[in-house]
Amino acid sequence: MRQLLWLLGAVVLLTGVNVVLPRLVNPYITQIIILCGINIILAVSLNLINGFTGQFSIGHAGFMALGAYGSATFTLRVGVGWVAGLTAAGVPEVVAQGTALMVALLLGGLLAALAGYLVGLPSLRLRGDYLAIVTLGFGEIIRVLILNVDAIGGARGLAGIPAWANFFWVGAGVLAVILLARHLALSTHGRALFAIRDDEVAAEALGVDTTSYKVLAFVMGAFFAGVAGGLFAHFLSYLNPSSFNFIRSIEVIAMVVLGGMGSISGSVVAAILLTLMPEVLRPVKDYRMVIYSLLLIVLMITRPGGLLGSRELSLAWLTKRFRPARERA
Amino acid sequence: MTEFLQQLVNGVTLGLGYALIALGYTMVYGILRLINFAHGDVYMLGAFFGFYAARLTGAAVEPNPLKAAGILLISMVGCGLVGFLIERFAYKPVRKSSRLAALITAIGVSLLLENGGLLLFGADPKFFPQIVRATNIPLGMGVTISNQQIIILVVSVALMLALRFIVLNTRAGKAMRAVSYSHTAAALMGISVDRIITFTFVLGSMLAAAAGVLVALQNPKIEPYMGIMPGLKAFVAAVLGGIGNIPGAVLGGLVMGIAEVMVVGYLSPTWRDAIAFVLLILILLVRPSGLLGQPPAEKV
Amino acid sequence: MTRPVLELQRVTMQFGGLKAVVDLDLAIAEGELVGLIGPNGAGKTTVFNVIPGVYLPTGGDVRFVGESIRGLRPHAIAHRGITRTFQNIRLFGSRSCRDNVCIAAHHHARATLLDAVLRNRRFKDDEQACRDQGDALLEFFGLSAWADTIAAELPYGQQRRLEIARALAGRPSLLLLDEPAAGLNPQESEQLMRVIEALRERFQVTILLIEHDMRVVMGICQRIVVLDYGVKIAEGTPADIRTNPKVIEAYLGEEVQVDLGAGG
Ligand SMILES: Nc1ncnc2c1ncn2[C@@H]1O[C@H](COP(=O)(O)OP(=O)(O)OP(=O)(O)O)[C@@H](O)[C@H]1O
Ligand SMILES: [Mg+2]
Repeated sequence: MRQLLWLLGAVVLLTGVNVVLPRLVNPYITQIIILCGINIILAVSLNLINGFTGQFSIGHAGFMALGAYGSATFTLRVGVGWVAGLTAAGVPEVVAQGTALMVALLLGGLLAALAGYLVGLPSLRLRGDYLAIVTLGFGEIIRVLILNVDAIGGARGLAGIPAWANFFWVGAGVLAVILLARHLALSTHGRALFAIRDDEVAAEALGVDTTSYKVLAFVMGAFFAGVAGGLFAHFLSYLNPSSFNFIRSIEVIAMVVLGGMGSISGSVVAAILLTLMPEVLRPVKDYRMVIYSLLLIVLMITRPGGLLGSRELSLAWLTKRFRPARERA
Repeated sequence: MTEFLQQLVNGVTLGLGYALIALGYTMVYGILRLINFAHGDVYMLGAFFGFYAARLTGAAVEPNPLKAAGILLISMVGCGLVGFLIERFAYKPVRKSSRLAALITAIGVSLLLENGGLLLFGADPKFFPQIVRATNIPLGMGVTISNQQIIILVVSVALMLALRFIVLNTRAGKAMRAVSYSHTAAALMGISVDRIITFTFVLGSMLAAAAGVLVALQNPKIEPYMGIMPGLKAFVAAVLGGIGNIPGAVLGGLVMGIAEVMVVGYLSPTWRDAIAFVLLILILLVRPSGLLGQPPAEKV
Repeated sequence: MTRPVLELQRVTMQFGGLKAVVDLDLAIAEGELVGLIGPNGAGKTTVFNVIPGVYLPTGGDVRFVGESIRGLRPHAIAHRGITRTFQNIRLFGSRSCRDNVCIAAHHHARATLLDAVLRNRRFKDDEQACRDQGDALLEFFGLSAWADTIAAELPYGQQRRLEIARALAGRPSLLLLDEPAAGLNPQESEQLMRVIEALRERFQVTILLIEHDMRVVMGICQRIVVLDYGVKIAEGTPADIRTNPKVIEAYLGEEVQVDLGAGG
């Protein structure tokens, strides 16, 4: 019951945001906010694999690509027809598009989750860097695969995807992934993941089915990466395989590590920070990426555990941290 | 048959390039357990250093072997210095932190070199001058090898033998092996771990520089992002061979190069980047620690 | 002797050319407290890795309450009722002490992932149950004050205790303790002996104990098995073992042997 109330509250809130925000900001800011949202979903979902479970995946772009192309293909082949049919039958356009988009996102997510399962399987045999390299390889294989399939645009890219993703849907994705991660972290299942990260041998010896949990982490992480990809596709209307190269995976990893492994709020903060940084640095033009990389290095040297370590940002923590400063003053 | 042999020759040449880069990855990994993401960019710098050295010496206009050797040397020394600086100012400060912090730092350094390169060298590709005039030499059965390929072959094998000698027979090399076994134990035996780590970076960077110049002989187009893909593949090659294992890196590089050339030749060039990884995954599924790697003896 | 809980039948464990355990027969009855001793490298820890399935023995069979468990995955064996501690403490370092214990009670939880996401009744009941059980265990081991402390920050002696508490959380019927007194001072090992005796009563577990501290072994074990180079060279009561010439010979040259007769 309470859960339903929460859901209703979230829908009302997101609808409000979706109505008000576009009136307040210009398209450029809109794009940045949406990209922040997509990156938050990517970072938190990768945190489930890398931060919570201690597996090392550097193929997140691959899952994202599957979600993006999967959902876009669905929309172009089926979704558009649905929307036409529904609106003809008198359903409001927003609802029709929302329904079609939701199905597309779920399908994209499921496709990515399936891949997550397949990639998670070798994690039973491979450890550490070897697993990392397999995930990296997976990401590259997906990219080359897309490059070679003409039906989805190949190297030319896939254009004409309806731009249905808006603040509402991106916000919903962000809330969903944060909710899942947060509740997971505070449950037996989350504790099992943390146990694997801390000491896999001990976890197994004490009854944690490490195999299933590792695969589960991959499946969950991949699902949300797929959803993020779907949102990406339905926001930009255009997809190109090169958007999903391994540099993108690396960007997401940087967010997770910079935020602090296992810290959900850390991932959120770092995702926003790393999305904004290149934009803020835009005025310095040519020096932008140089400064960006220098900042990244300096941040890692000065805060090697990430911005938040494995802590969560909370009111209690903030007040504890800032009160003494005020009292001293 | 002729075509196959020709592909084999080309594959071996390409593979030797990968192997030279892979050696740097594997040595650094062996000592620090760090995937030095910036290594591919050092390779890029190697090509650019060679490019500017060729301009300075005028080797582009009137090439001679002495100048070519000088260019190679300048590039290697330059990259050795870069390797030293990277280690000193970026990696050393995070050495005591988690491996992930080090990894992200490496990614930062990689981005820095690429974008710094963009700033310094410009975004337009440059063309590496013909510091050795190309001629084709028939090997019989219709197979030919270019003199550039011969140079690549001879120089990389010579460098690999030199590396082998350093690692197996010199004090520094023995110290390297000790440090890769255990930092603490090595330190207790009076080895300056810091110095050895620096040495390893310099050595690896010099090999990458050599690869940069050698590969540019054959594929003269150079640009600041050129290190990403070869870097990635060389890293994959190092893992393939069993990361941390020096002969493994050479073997991995060769397997990678040959496989790639065969795919381009017999399948389709668009698949070449994927095949490297398919191969990698297949090999790792059969041998989880790479071709020559030892499974970690994890004692419980 | 009541029916054996654990039976090793001609178990051999070979690493490459090294036979760490050779044709080992061992039977432990319900409720027993058996000591496993032997010089360094005798193969004791290897036995502890073979029983819960970390290593697949190269020969022989391991039977638990009458069924073969050879080849089962460690977590499955833990579910059946065998848990252990580690010689070189392996706690979940980033988690609180309570979480460490709760993790080991993992398979008693019934809440699914969906329950956890929805935070429904079933999830809350589960959490409460695991918290209660965890707190009870921590209290038994005198760790209540540390319940919310991160395990890695615990003092060494407490870490050893937490390992045992954690191993008990899965409600095992057989507990394997690998050198629980290692690194403890005499008072601490004395206390630990009392705790081990008390937990046998309280939790009704059978215990197999590896220990170098002869006072502990001789003090609490009913029966002792001695390994040397992977071979069982003696088995009997503490009194028998103390005077067994083979055992004395095996320990000759080892520091420990000085203590051999002093205990009890
Ligand atoms: N995973 C492994 N791979 C190879 N050899 C192993 C492995 N595990 C143990 N050994 C070897 O088996 C032998 C027995 O080791 P084990 O750890 O069982 O001894 P132990 O009796 O527990 O000694 P200690 O009292 O020092 O703990 C040793 O020679 C050890 O090196
Ligand atoms: Mg032992």
